[in-house]
Amino acid sequence: MTEAGLAADTLPAEAPVVAPERDLFSKFDPLIAERAALMASGVRDPFGIVMERVLGPTTAVIKGRETILLGTYNYMGMTFDADVIAAGKAALDQFGSGTNGSRMLNGTFRDHVEAEEALKEFYGADHAMVFSTGYQANLGTISTMAARGEYVILDADSHASIYDGCKMGDAEVVRFRHNSVEDLDKRLGRLPAEPGKLVVLEGVYSMLGDIAPLKEMVAVAKKHGAMVLVDEAHSMGFFGEHGRGVYEEQGLQLGTDVDFVIGTFSKSVGTVGGFCISNHPKFEAMRFSCRPYIFTASLPPSVVATAATSIRKLMTAADKRRRLWDNARQLHGGLTALGFRLGTTAPDSAIVAVILNDQEQAVLMWQALLEAGLYVNVARPPATPAGMFLLRCSLCAEHTTEQLDRVIGMFAAAGKAVGAIG
Amino acid sequence: MTDRTAIIDTLKAQIEPFNKKGITVTEATSFQGDLEWDSLTVMDFVAAIEDEFDIIITMNMQAEIETVGQLADAVAKLKG
Repeated sequence: MTEAGLAADTLPAEAPVVAPERDLFSKFDPLIAERAALMASGVRDPFGIVMERVLGPTTAVIKGRETILLGTYNYMGMTFDADVIAAGKAALDQFGSGTNGSRMLNGTFRDHVEAEEALKEFYGADHAMVFSTGYQANLGTISTMAARGEYVILDADSHASIYDGCKMGDAEVVRFRHNSVEDLDKRLGRLPAEPGKLVVLEGVYSMLGDIAPLKEMVAVAKKHGAMVLVDEAHSMGFFGEHGRGVYEEQGLQLGTDVDFVIGTFSKSVGTVGGFCISNHPKFEAMRFSCRPYIFTASLPPSVVATAATSIRKLMTAADKRRRLWDNARQLHGGLTALGFRLGTTAPDSAIVAVILNDQEQAVLMWQALLEAGLYVNVARPPATPAGMFLLRCSLCAEHTTEQLDRVIGMFAAAGKAVGAIG
Repeated sequence: MTDRTAIIDTLKAQIEPFNKKGITVTEATSFQGDLEWDSLTVMDFVAAIEDEFDIIITMNMQAEIETVGQLADAVAKLKG
């Protein structure tokens, strides 16, 4: 035994307590106290839900109770599609459970290429690059494309993955007021003309479900010579003629108007993964320079096989699209009629956000809904804009009219119980 | 009145609507420690300052600014 090994035996049984000022966890004390106070009020933990069984795209068993799911991003209900599941099972049998490597080295299998081909067809694009998650797609593209001395200009309500992409990169970061074309124009006008600029927008902003005036914003960005990236995570499959997103719905073209589109497999596609598509002739250089693409394992073969199958099916999913929009209108209309304050005045997207007074009211109402057999998401600052507490509902094409009638009934009862409506 | 004094006065006027605790603002006042602003308040305030002086204070610069005095220095430099 070495000296060091012997010394370990002589250490006291209990390690000395780290002084609070040197304990790295002291900074979490306010967070721990806030959570303890919330739990002490007797409510269930909104961030500790376990799906014991999943019965289909719209129902699961939570704490032994069958529950309607109205807080997943399974917009097009593809998770239990028979063809999608069959493709995943076949890939598991043929290619095994994982790739054990980076896309750049040993981690690109047939179906990674197949998923990229499906994306190129879906978007009519020259290039598609699949990442392991949507988060990494934003993190990687933004941090790699905009370098020191260049600028990223982003909406103040951008998703955390966009902010983190900015933080990881070396570019100068400029923020404009949410969805304000004028504010974007003013800020771009104050920047020096020469350096490269990337304007980052989202088609649908996921907290309130509001959509961006992309047409006007892109015009402003182009006027100032900036490239444009649009994150279409919450619109794929049901906005625009081909389901390409809000940019397509507003008449914009990939290549001429929008330079890069970011998307995800974890919402409408129904699995996990992220991607960036582009018509930029030099786009493939990203594969050799983007760290969140290179220094991580690629997606398992079954995941990319399900993604490729699902994407191809989404190209012709007109029925699902129609049902999803019908559902959004039914829920938005029902909750408006009950007197709830919603994130948008019209059913602009497949997200319907109910605005509540404070954390206590939001969590009490969330619990009342859960006990009635409905799961929705609780959202709170700093994820939400303007310090709002929300119950966020996201619709699925597979929700039935009867399910949504029941949902609206549950909202009426819970809303009255907590005083959110009269 | 010097340029810097004018900047400080403008900053103080812009801080007032966000000064929920009603503290006396000096050059040493810190945005996070003394005014106890959260990230959303900082964002609104920075946008107001940018428009007031017709400048851009990048998020990279904001990370280095803790006090009213430091902000005044940054504004003077950016205006220059």
